[in-house]
Amino acid sequence: MSAKPIPVGAVSAGNKMLRVLLYAVLILFALYYLLPLYVMTVNSVKPLAEIRQGDMLSLPSVLTFEPWAKAWSSAQIGVQPTGLKPYFFNSVLMVVPAVAISTILGALNGYILTKWRFRGDDVIFGLILLSCFIPFQIALIPAARILGTLGIAGTTTGLVMIHVVYGLGFTTLFFRNYYAAFPTELVRAAQIDGAGFFQIFRRILLPSSAPIIVVTVIWQFTNIWNDFLFGVSFGDFDSQPMTVALNNLVSSSGGVKEYNVHFAGAILAALPTLIVYVVSGRYFVRGLMAGAVKG
Amino acid sequence: MSFLKIEKLKKSFGKVDVLKGIDLEIEEGGFLVLVGPSGCGKSTLLNTIAGLEAITSGSISINGKVVNDLHPSQRDIAMVFQSYALYPNMTVAQNIGFGMEIRGVAKAERDAAIAKVAETLQIGALLDRKPSQLSGGQRQRVAMGRALVRDPLVFLFDEPLSNLDAKLRVDMRTEIKRLHQRMGTTIVYVTHDQIEAMTLATRIAVLKDGVLQQFGTPAEIYNKPANLFVADFMGSPSMNLIPATVEVDGGKVGISMQRDEGQPLLLPLGNSAGGLASRHGQKVVFGIRPEALTDLDSADRNATQVSELDCEIEVIEPAGSDTFAVTRLGGREIVARLRADAPIAAGQTARLAFNLDKALLFDPETQERIL
Repeated sequence: MSAKPIPVGAVSAGNKMLRVLLYAVLILFALYYLLPLYVMTVNSVKPLAEIRQGDMLSLPSVLTFEPWAKAWSSAQIGVQPTGLKPYFFNSVLMVVPAVAISTILGALNGYILTKWRFRGDDVIFGLILLSCFIPFQIALIPAARILGTLGIAGTTTGLVMIHVVYGLGFTTLFFRNYYAAFPTELVRAAQIDGAGFFQIFRRILLPSSAPIIVVTVIWQFTNIWNDFLFGVSFGDFDSQPMTVALNNLVSSSGGVKEYNVHFAGAILAALPTLIVYVVSGRYFVRGLMAGAVKG
Repeated sequence: MSFLKIEKLKKSFGKVDVLKGIDLEIEEGGFLVLVGPSGCGKSTLLNTIAGLEAITSGSISINGKVVNDLHPSQRDIAMVFQSYALYPNMTVAQNIGFGMEIRGVAKAERDAAIAKVAETLQIGALLDRKPSQLSGGQRQRVAMGRALVRDPLVFLFDEPLSNLDAKLRVDMRTEIKRLHQRMGTTIVYVTHDQIEAMTLATRIAVLKDGVLQQFGTPAEIYNKPANLFVADFMGSPSMNLIPATVEVDGGKVGISMQRDEGQPLLLPLGNSAGGLASRHGQKVVFGIRPEALTDLDSADRNATQVSELDCEIEVIEPAGSDTFAVTRLGGREIVARLRADAPIAAGQTARLAFNLDKALLFDPETQERIL
């Protein structure tokens, strides 16, 4: 080769500059995104009087966790001074079964659509996929009618059903794409070994599905936990989720606006999804990539 | 009595006919190899025997029992897949024992069977490993272990060696043959490698486009190929196929071939060619394997009909044990097999011996063999 050797120092110096710039920009954006969280956190541990002085960005001079306690257990939600606590459990009771059922059904759909192909399976998959694109608002009135007919309007069961039905499109998509890359010969080997439909699913496919299960659970958990529209439309006091309660807390008309309590409540409402992301975010990206690239 | 019998088997995917009426049978303890180029339907045929693909019509019977509608697990077969298909989440021992576990075999009995198979295949040290921790050859052994442990009526192998490197492939080939000799279980084996077919089989079925081209012993397939496709497909280097014309002169039958220079070459055919007397002047394809076309010293001394001929050698390809020489005849490149140390160089003219006992003639229209 006749190319002139490039001075090593020059390259690394240029590289270094680029790196510094890159990190500076990244840090700037990170700060920008973290600012709301900072404001919320800081103001949720200040007495209301301190917030009224107007400086939202300053650290609290008096530290108090009273707003958190109040938001959790005694704040006025609508007409009842219950705090967010009962609604938090409403949310949990709704989210856990809804996520579990939609994930399991999505996995079964994906398994059938890739390993037990039948005539017209692509059309069926297309139709299931289509449900991902139906706006919530269109389905509200028919859904209300169906819930009424089934006698589960205003119950947690009704909300679970709505979320399962709405989630199926996405969970099926995730699992179908993941299982499309799963070697069919393994299924055939298991058939020869005498394993049945569910045995193959449980013993062969599921143990290799951890990445896509994580993706699906995070996706479904976040969506269902954060859902407001279905919650406000189909929820009663006994079934209304956290998001609706938070809205009622913040927008209650009577009395003073307790910003510190509102901030604490908002963080409480966002905390579960935040925890899910922090704990399994790494798998989330990995699983999404696996599905995307191989699908 | 045939042990595995396939009659008038047809298989279509929608409008595409993949198998167009296959008839095959193999005796107990036989080694049947299905061979053919990719897309010929050989793997589909194996899958129908396994029950992994439903058949469109015809019948498959194993040990006198029609298995057309039986689930794969009830056909008493075991299969080794091309990709090995080891369950990635299970250890080697669990992989081998999975079928027994599903059938509800007791743990102690299972462990004993696994240990026995592990000893046969020398994979005892690997039993606690996951498939991802194994090399290609080890995975191959485990896949065979999973099949062996079932002790089935028929073993099915789907191109089991195609993912191994060349040396390992030859070793495993020998091992499979040894295993077959020791156990005496019937085997159906799919491959696209005609050397694997020749070395392993007791019976070979050559397929092309879903049609059975020829079914016979390796020697029959090799020495008496039914048609031009089989002649060309089996053997490496492949058979020399040269356009020729039948010449009948008095009682003697011969064939003539065009040469680039000079007189056409006239080769006499022996008494066996009597049936050709009526074909005077007809075009045929003359087939002769490279090993029947040699330097004079290597010519078969038992041959009854040997013709000698000066040929201009174009290329020399030493292969270690032999040397292959490329020359021209009838407008075709043809390959002769010489001794490794034959004193012949490219560009020279060398005298070659044609062993006409091994000569074959094909009809260029029907592609069928006529001699």
